Amino acid sequence: MSPVSIAAPMREPFLRLEGIRKTFGRFTALETIGLAVERGELVTFLGPSGCGKTTLLRIIAGLETQDAGTIVQGGRDISRLPPMKRDYGIVFQSYALFPNLTIFDNVAYGLVNRRKGRDEIHRRVGELLKLVGLPDSGAKYPGQLSGGQQQRIALARALATSPGLLLLDEPLSALDAIERLRLRGEIRALQQRLGVTTIMVTHDQEEALSMADRVVVMNQGVIEQIGTPQEIYREPASAFVADFVGKVNVISAVAEGDNRFRVGALVLNGAAGADAVAPGTKVRLYLRPEDIVVADVAASHANAAQGKVTKVEFLGAFCHVTVAIADAGEQLLLINVSRHSIDRMNLAEGSALRIGLPADCMRLLA
Amino acid sequence: MSTAASNPFALTAAPKVKPIAHWHDRLAQGLLIGVCAFLVVFLLAPLFMILIKSVEDKSGAFVGLRLFQEYFQTPALRLSILHTLSVAFAVTGITIPLAFTFAYALTRSCMPLKGTFRVIALTPILAPSLLSAISFIQWFGTQGLLKWMLGGASVYGPIGIIISSIYAVFPHALMIILTALLLADGRLYEAAESLGTPTLRRFFTITLPGAKYGLISAAMVVFSYTVSDFGIPKVIGGNFSVLALDIFKQVIGQQNFNKGAVVSLILLIPVLVAFVVDWIMQSRQQAQFSSRAVPYAPKRKTGFDALMFCYCLIVCLLLLAILGMAIYTSFIKLWPYDKSFSLRHYTFGLVDGGVISSFFNSLRMALLTAFFGTIMIFGGAYLIEKTRGMNGLRAAIRMLAAIPMGVPGMVLGLGYIFFFNHPDNPLNGLYHGMTILVVVTIIHYYTSSHLTAVTALKSLDNEFEAVSASLKVPFYKTFFRVTVPVCLPAILDIARYLFVNAMVTISAVVFLYAPDTQLASLAILNLDDAGEIGPAAAMATLIVAASTTMCILYAVITRFLLTRTQAWRRPVTI
Repeated sequence: MSPVSIAAPMREPFLRLEGIRKTFGRFTALETIGLAVERGELVTFLGPSGCGKTTLLRIIAGLETQDAGTIVQGGRDISRLPPMKRDYGIVFQSYALFPNLTIFDNVAYGLVNRRKGRDEIHRRVGELLKLVGLPDSGAKYPGQLSGGQQQRIALARALATSPGLLLLDEPLSALDAIERLRLRGEIRALQQRLGVTTIMVTHDQEEALSMADRVVVMNQGVIEQIGTPQEIYREPASAFVADFVGKVNVISAVAEGDNRFRVGALVLNGAAGADAVAPGTKVRLYLRPEDIVVADVAASHANAAQGKVTKVEFLGAFCHVTVAIADAGEQLLLINVSRHSIDRMNLAEGSALRIGLPADCMRLLA
Repeated sequence: MSTAASNPFALTAAPKVKPIAHWHDRLAQGLLIGVCAFLVVFLLAPLFMILIKSVEDKSGAFVGLRLFQEYFQTPALRLSILHTLSVAFAVTGITIPLAFTFAYALTRSCMPLKGTFRVIALTPILAPSLLSAISFIQWFGTQGLLKWMLGGASVYGPIGIIISSIYAVFPHALMIILTALLLADGRLYEAAESLGTPTLRRFFTITLPGAKYGLISAAMVVFSYTVSDFGIPKVIGGNFSVLALDIFKQVIGQQNFNKGAVVSLILLIPVLVAFVVDWIMQSRQQAQFSSRAVPYAPKRKTGFDALMFCYCLIVCLLLLAILGMAIYTSFIKLWPYDKSFSLRHYTFGLVDGGVISSFFNSLRMALLTAFFGTIMIFGGAYLIEKTRGMNGLRAAIRMLAAIPMGVPGMVLGLGYIFFFNHPDNPLNGLYHGMTILVVVTIIHYYTSSHLTAVTALKSLDNEFEAVSASLKVPFYKTFFRVTVPVCLPAILDIARYLFVNAMVTISAVVFLYAPDTQLASLAILNLDDAGEIGPAAAMATLIVAASTTMCILYAVITRFLLTRTQAWRRPVTI
């Protein structure tokens, strides 16, 4: 299942970045970036705008030159090579299809230059158009296709020359919500079928989590965390990651030693491994809204607390319930509660609610 | 690149990674250096020579500012400054309200015949500026039909210069103001209307502020055009001296090149000021327009529409009367005594007089200018906007490309004399040839064409070149397969602009022609000098005919391209 295993015999990763640094005038866009991408992997660069993710992608493509650092792709040092001498296909947010050429000519654009025979080009373009699900669009012009269709063509064009590396620069950002969701799945399936090593830049956490083998979370020119989507979500390495990926409750507490933390009058048991904190240290505890237990919380439940509902926000399948914990100095907690539970428990603004804060879901971050 | 001195960490930091340039990049950079060299040799060097000559005497000895001192001590020459400025202010003050009202009628009313009015209002562009001068002489001159209207005043002098200039600059002002008014955001008017804002208040709070930059920009263009033009004062100015004419007199009349350099520098000052103001206004206007603006759609208002229709009708009839008089003059025997139809001004005056060759010279020059100028200017703009590396050079070329707009043609021409007529210049052979006429014309009209090209290129997706490189397709292939076809309307527009202007240009070439490369516009000047007003009108008519043909050709080609080869522009949904 995991495409990572393909690279097993050789330990050298397919793409290796070392000490990449880039400044624009006084602004530091990237600060000593190191990264290894395995063959066949889909890696996403995730971060807010201005975090340097696109700059990093453009450096890998040779469209920008790093101030320092090396890039090795397939065992070849490409740090100083111009884009023409590198081996990648690229897809941009704007599609960048040539408006005056037909879909066929767009996809064939890179093939014609390789002195391939006409029949071979025809076969290859046909194959690619079928691959992206638009087999009959060859004679049309880009302006006659929808955004999602245009992006599929841009993908076919980038894949036409069978590049070793596929770079996607926010490929779905210009599409509407439904197209985005559909294309997300299609791109991932295609990538896994072809086994092409892929790097995708996105600011959409859902996109990153759903598509990637590994996610690189970036902020202000540095990598905050590299990990599988599961790791990123469940074990965020920093406060930034916890906050940027998914929603999270932040509870300010004081360590009491022995893995216990005080919030107002409330004492919480922390997650295992958090007992190294010296008593008296101010800490912050992170807890996902969906991890908080609301149904059947017995009095004996560890980390139980009594609260009062201050707001119920209806979101369709579930609700965001905001609860104020009196014992914890009116600390507000956001909880995901299914619509079903809301009805069953008759929750409304002002309802009293007993909640449980599972110790094993609680993370302690500096 | 060279921040080492200012960067305190430079000593400890490792050297920057230097990308290896592909030979494609090198080719593009080589071409870029070529464009820069072209502008340096044919624009900067001649202008620099004027500076040098203005502080030298005839023998070439350095005299500092003595010539300037002498100039200001000559009352007649000092008077020229006053004349030039007052005429320019008068022309600007009259033309801008006229053009604004016209543009307002075209954009804000629902009057009929808008298209026709617009075309007629732009016709003066096709005519050499001398045409209006000739025409006004026919209407108001000593033998003029409407001489009585001037009540004893003579048309030869400031009056003639002002009215002739208004005719010549009207379309230029109209186009700028029209663009400014078209950019108006319809949503603002809807908001104002929903708030119950009265019409007059809407005009002063939305329309006028929205068109502010366009109005100032138009005023600057009109001002510098009037200050720089020397054809009109030459023909209809009588004894009224202006700066542009002074340069001509100093250089051609008295062969005093150094004095000419001094006067041309003085002429440069008001034009440069206008140019800088215009430049600032243009950039502000661009910032003002948001891409989400909704075009304004006028509503029918009978009284207002009728008023606007009458105004446009009168303006158009006046414009046609001026153009018509020149054409009419060329087809009758002798104004105003024998008004019978005759082709003698063409056959006898032009063909037998041997002047007709200058018309063919003009045609050749205009075609060469359009052809090479378009390649040069569009290619240069492409290299600046779409290739990689040498960012310093790019900025330098951008600045150089902006300069010609701020330099009067006479100043440029005089610079060419100094630079290319210099015995030590290896390009000396160009002097008096057709090449130098083509080059000076390309340079003179470089800025507008360059801006047209840049606008077209900027509207293309920025990543075409990146995609091509990733597909291993050389940039020049993408240039010919994608960039040129997509930008074809803009490219044809540049070619037409260069052609039409090359047909009528006079100030930049007046110092540079030889007997066998005389141009039509210069022939008009010489014919008028010799009192041959009929043949002069005939020559002007030929120029108008040639430019009109070219514009019709342009319209036909553009329409053909848009319907046939540019099928992709139409968003057909099947």
